[in-house]
Amino acid sequence: MLTDKKFKIIPIYVLLIAAGYQECLAQTNNDAIMMNKHQFCNGISYAYSTWTSYWEGTLKRTNENLGRVTTQELMYMPNYGITDNLNVMAAVPYVWTHASAGTLHGLSGFQDFSIDVKWRPLKTDLGPGKFSLFLVGGLSTPITNYVIDFLPMSIGLGSTNLLGRAIVHYQIGKFFVRGSGAYIWRSNVKLDRTAYFTTEQHNTNEVEMPDLAVFNGSLGYHYKYIIAEAMVDNNTTLGGFDMRRNDGPFPSNRMNSTAITAHVKYTFPFYTHVSIDAVGSQVVGGRNVGQATSFMIGAYYVFSFKSGQNSSSQKK
Amino acid sequence: MHFGLAFSLIAVGLFSCKKTVSDRTANAPALNPANLDLNAGTWKTVLLSRADTFAVAVPAATNSTAYIADLNEIKSFQHNLTGDQEAAIKYWAAGGTLRWNEIMRELTAKYNLPPYQNPDGSYPIPSSANPFAYPLFPFANPPYAARAFAYVSAAQYDALVACWFYKTKYNRPAPYKVDSSVQAIGINKTDLPSYPSEAAVLAGATAEMMKLLFPDEIGNINLLAQQQENAMIMAGAAARSDVTAGEALGRQVAQQFIARGRADNAGKAVGTPTDWTNFETVAIAKGEIPWYSLEVPKRNPMLPFFGNVKSFLLDSATVVSLRPGPPPSTGSDQMKQETDEVYNYIKNPSRDQIRIVQFWADGVGTYTPPGHWDAIAAEDFMQKNYSEVRFARNLNLLNLTLMDAAIVCWDTKYFYFNPRPTQLNSSIKTLTGIPNFPAYISGHSTFSGAAAALLSYIIPENASKYNSMAAEASNSRLIGGIHYRSDVSVGLDVGKSVGTYAIDRGQTDGASD
Repeated sequence: MLTDKKFKIIPIYVLLIAAGYQECLAQTNNDAIMMNKHQFCNGISYAYSTWTSYWEGTLKRTNENLGRVTTQELMYMPNYGITDNLNVMAAVPYVWTHASAGTLHGLSGFQDFSIDVKWRPLKTDLGPGKFSLFLVGGLSTPITNYVIDFLPMSIGLGSTNLLGRAIVHYQIGKFFVRGSGAYIWRSNVKLDRTAYFTTEQHNTNEVEMPDLAVFNGSLGYHYKYIIAEAMVDNNTTLGGFDMRRNDGPFPSNRMNSTAITAHVKYTFPFYTHVSIDAVGSQVVGGRNVGQATSFMIGAYYVFSFKSGQNSSSQKK
Repeated sequence: MHFGLAFSLIAVGLFSCKKTVSDRTANAPALNPANLDLNAGTWKTVLLSRADTFAVAVPAATNSTAYIADLNEIKSFQHNLTGDQEAAIKYWAAGGTLRWNEIMRELTAKYNLPPYQNPDGSYPIPSSANPFAYPLFPFANPPYAARAFAYVSAAQYDALVACWFYKTKYNRPAPYKVDSSVQAIGINKTDLPSYPSEAAVLAGATAEMMKLLFPDEIGNINLLAQQQENAMIMAGAAARSDVTAGEALGRQVAQQFIARGRADNAGKAVGTPTDWTNFETVAIAKGEIPWYSLEVPKRNPMLPFFGNVKSFLLDSATVVSLRPGPPPSTGSDQMKQETDEVYNYIKNPSRDQIRIVQFWADGVGTYTPPGHWDAIAAEDFMQKNYSEVRFARNLNLLNLTLMDAAIVCWDTKYFYFNPRPTQLNSSIKTLTGIPNFPAYISGHSTFSGAAAALLSYIIPENASKYNSMAAEASNSRLIGGIHYRSDVSVGLDVGKSVGTYAIDRGQTDGASD
């Protein structure tokens, strides 16, 4: 009968949050940068993620009926400083998927809209450096009614997510260290079919989605126009089940991944409204996910609604 | 600062948000038959030569010490039922045939995984002689599932006919009728005699059938059988002696079906590499493009000799007579046109198109199309207040015709051995996986045509709903990119013809109103 071996990487949204490069300028929902009051940033990014190996449960394998699975994403990210210590940012992604082998149709469409509010309640001198604490609250939800039950071709998992994150950042001179932890609550999702099997049969179209925990650690250099950092990102699904032997993936699989990421940002010294950045990421360990290699490039334009603040210089 | 408060409230809210999902039949009410069908002991059986083929001993009198001990067992449970015991009563009280069908659908989904290839690119075949070795036996693909559902339903039905024969012969009333201090907990009181217990008959018949169909599950299913029997004792519906006699009867009836199943040619359906090559050779000799597996590495075709499995309703001459004429020749203009039609459907699919394909896909990891039609039927039957024996009789007719649909469809597929659309146009990408067997005729269409015909006979007021569902199921395979129009339209017609044999059986089995 059905012979496809369906399978999926962690949705780009989550991966991008984890890698800390989802949004604008040095400002993401997972870093230590804040927009100044009344500063507005427009960002556009392109991401490309690909794998041939994946973990079927904990068993690493390839699948000649999929070949190389590729996901691409184009994203627009507006970002605004309400105050120096309170920013709001959003993202609108368009995703498309492709398998190099086999017969499964690729899919594309607008994925999940997200909005995050980032608050810095604490910024203080601490020893030789500066310590900051950030708290982020975020919401994401599908923009379109895309198909979720066709992994790995599906462009997303379809749940509405609530994110709560704490970031600690310590900068000494030109170097910094940062860590964060986040909890993502995910809503249940509905399939087109009326029954499905996880570890038991469910006679319903509704799927209980497990929540996620996300941890990041970063070491970096930040001086004037350049930020360069190396990160480790971990996503852990708090529940769900494993794919069985030669089974396909399913939205409520226990998807875990650990990735190593490098990130560089450059602001043009002669025209500080504009910045560009680039990210490279490699999944090094995982469960029910692809061993994805990803890169992203982004371009950002900042301006201020208040006269006298027309550069992108960011306070840390 | 109020942001901090908002933050903590959100955090608290998240942790207290419950997401548990319940099944559609989780709160199914207790079986409430409109008619006890006391004449069911005279209904025509599938395999049993007579309702009293297997002897059931005269039960003890209701004032005997043996029976009084049975009543005391019930009362001892009823004085302090645990939450789990009450839940088990509620679950099984909805109907034994219903719940066993749900369990069969779960087993089918659980075992519906194609084997992973060997290092040399060949594929291992599940072995009933060594069912625990990878790949587990069985690979519960659609023909296997159709046959499994049919054997279980037929064994259950024949066993219940025998059960009703003895119930009305011995007329021993239910415990709650004999002794007013025995309650009816979670069940509806009726005048149905309780010896032998219909729940135990179902438990015994179904558990015994696992020895043939799902040998890795014998232990699990035996535990469920015990749970059902104990639940009906605790509910006050059955005495232990009702249950003991019922389980023995159910197992004996099932053993007849197992014997038939070991000799019905299903064991020879896989074929050999020589056979598989021969199909290609024959097709090429006819001047046609043969079917090739689109899997990598190429997988052997699924159960090519399933068309030889012995039907319960059709003799082999009838199977051949139901086989339709050939599909369009692979080199013909009509085939080119039909291939183009498939491509046009999938080049830019709409969301609703994908929804329809997914709703009916019933592929790997699912209960298969026969399971889907069983689910549709069972949930409709729940609204009709059938007795247990009538529920079983109706589900049996459905599953017999679905097994026949599998036989006729598979006979046709391998008689013509025609290619899938993606073979003739490799840019046809699909909205569901391409099954590993020839295209003409579509299995979904044959199953759905037969099911809709039979269900429209059983519940005439739902006929237009069943027919439009069958049309949509059939069409979903074309718009999903895996079948040509000929496959689905001819398949639907063949299915309807197959269904008439089950309708004929229904009209003459003594159960018609």
